[in-house]
Amino acid sequence: MTTPLAMRVAAHQARIYTRFWRSSVFAYVLSPVLFLAAIGIGLGDMINKNNATVGGFEYLVFVAPGLMAAAAMQGAAADSLWPIMAGTKWIRVFHAMVATPIRPRDVYDGTVLSTTARAGAGATVFLLVATAFGAVPSAWGVLAIPGAALCAGAFAAPLTAFAATQETDLSFPVIMRLGILPLFLVSGTFFPISQLPDWIQPLAWLSPLWHGVVLCRDATTGTLEPGNALVHVAALVACIAAGRALGVRAFTKRLAQ
Amino acid sequence: MPVACTFVTTAPPLIVARGLEKRFGASVAVDGIDVHVEAGEAFGFLGPNGAGKTSTMRMIGCVSPRSGGELSVLGFDPATDGPQIRARLGVVPQEDTLDLELTVRENVLIYGRYFDLPRAAIRTRADELLEFVQLTDRSNDRVDNLSGGMKRRLTIARALVNRPDLVLLDEPTTGLDPQARHLVWDRLYRLKRQGATLVLTTHYMDEAEQLCDRLVIMDAGRIVAEGSPRQLIEKHATREVVELRFRSESVQHAALPRLHAIGARIEELADRVLLYTNTGEADVERLQADGLETETLLIRRASLEDVFLTLTGRTLEE
Ligand SMILES: Nc1ncnc2c1ncn2[C@@H]1O[C@H](COP(=O)(O)OP(=O)(O)O)[C@@H](O)[C@H]1O
Ligand SMILES: [Mg+2]
Repeated sequence: MTTPLAMRVAAHQARIYTRFWRSSVFAYVLSPVLFLAAIGIGLGDMINKNNATVGGFEYLVFVAPGLMAAAAMQGAAADSLWPIMAGTKWIRVFHAMVATPIRPRDVYDGTVLSTTARAGAGATVFLLVATAFGAVPSAWGVLAIPGAALCAGAFAAPLTAFAATQETDLSFPVIMRLGILPLFLVSGTFFPISQLPDWIQPLAWLSPLWHGVVLCRDATTGTLEPGNALVHVAALVACIAAGRALGVRAFTKRLAQ
Repeated sequence: MPVACTFVTTAPPLIVARGLEKRFGASVAVDGIDVHVEAGEAFGFLGPNGAGKTSTMRMIGCVSPRSGGELSVLGFDPATDGPQIRARLGVVPQEDTLDLELTVRENVLIYGRYFDLPRAAIRTRADELLEFVQLTDRSNDRVDNLSGGMKRRLTIARALVNRPDLVLLDEPTTGLDPQARHLVWDRLYRLKRQGATLVLTTHYMDEAEQLCDRLVIMDAGRIVAEGSPRQLIEKHATREVVELRFRSESVQHAALPRLHAIGARIEELADRVLLYTNTGEADVERLQADGLETETLLIRRASLEDVFLTLTGRTLEE
């Protein structure tokens, strides 16, 4: 049996990854756990003292799935920018791949796949920690893992495509600060989007992170409804599909001109 | 059965290009070349920077689609059968593409996996290949720490992991110091003796002379001559070349009438004058008897550099 071409790429990324796992532990686990401790417990305590809930839940329970999806987004975004530039321009390993049976589209697929898998693995660890914190009341919470992975994919797919079109990494910090960070704040991570001014709310629906956050939250709180879930999954899959269409073109242009 | 018979080759040529073209937008990198490479040959593209060598190699390597003409590699069409062809190629690209974060051995192992070779087979093969390129003692070092020559040899080892039917080497020794170059040549020479088919590009005439059974000279996207190094020199240059250097440009200029009087073909370069002749020693004697003052004067055998100069009026290194 032959190994699918994209899987050969993903296997390479996994191998490289054995050297870089520490940075992901920070992005996918340490950073959201710190937030969870500071905001979920600290701020949560204050909210609890006022006998208030957020979105119908204790604040810790509300914020944990938000942090999980947001970490998946942030980690996947960073992993889809600089490492792609390394593959196309700095170290050029992608060029080595396409000299073998692997095609540019396989390099793209394999890379996005491994980024997504990494985010999924990180989300799994975070979920365990959050459960230990008492932030995951429902066993359905396990479905937040594919939810976070899908959210990661929705960012990895278009950003990996974008990174392959770039000649330098100058735009990357801008994307992280002006694209990713604001999404982190307005996608229902820390408070329900119903708190946002009316005119911004529709924008939140356009944010892939919001769909990821809602999926994760509905899972960890055990309030998942198939119809709703399907809409959010469809939105994230649409981002992945659109990103992939661009990515296949961008990688082909970059690697097989 | 007659002992002497015409040997009918059933094996098709490994590379056939007819009118092959590569354009980038409006600029033409490869301008309709015809190439034919048989199994077991060491074939070269010799030409200066920008001649279109890399563009040609990338089309043959099935990573760059052709803009025009016909191309068949290993009997298949790169436009439709790229992955199948690439599975049987070994590619040493012009710029290194090694994974700097991995060790020497890991680079070969991972590359083998791109071909989906069984892990155990790759491990054995990797050890053999590292031995072949004399990097066994560096197996577990990070590639980052290797010298340029070692990286080149590792790239060659990596390219052989799938036992390729055709090895493509784009400027295998550019940027290496002479000693490192000789090590690479030595390995390529061994490969050649083992029957490998090598296609290489170079802008070093000595590399082409050393390694190639047959070569084409490329300039500005076209092939300007083809043959074995010896044939090319015999056809396009004289047996000997007298190389004269003068104290200054004005002295060089003043000497020209006397040089022309010899009757040989003359190439004037910025820093020297070349005299193409079959009677070098007699000519030099005549010039010296004439009282010609030169800084240095040497008689040497004609080389591919002279062929290139004759055909294009420029030097390879320009
Ligand atoms: N990707 C590209 N885009 C535009 N022009 C290119 C590209 N690659 C090569 N060229 C141009 O094509 C010509 C031939 O280049 P190349 O094949 O690299 O020559 P060589 O390998 O002989 O130095 C050069 O003029 C070069 O600038
Ligand atoms: Mg080149």
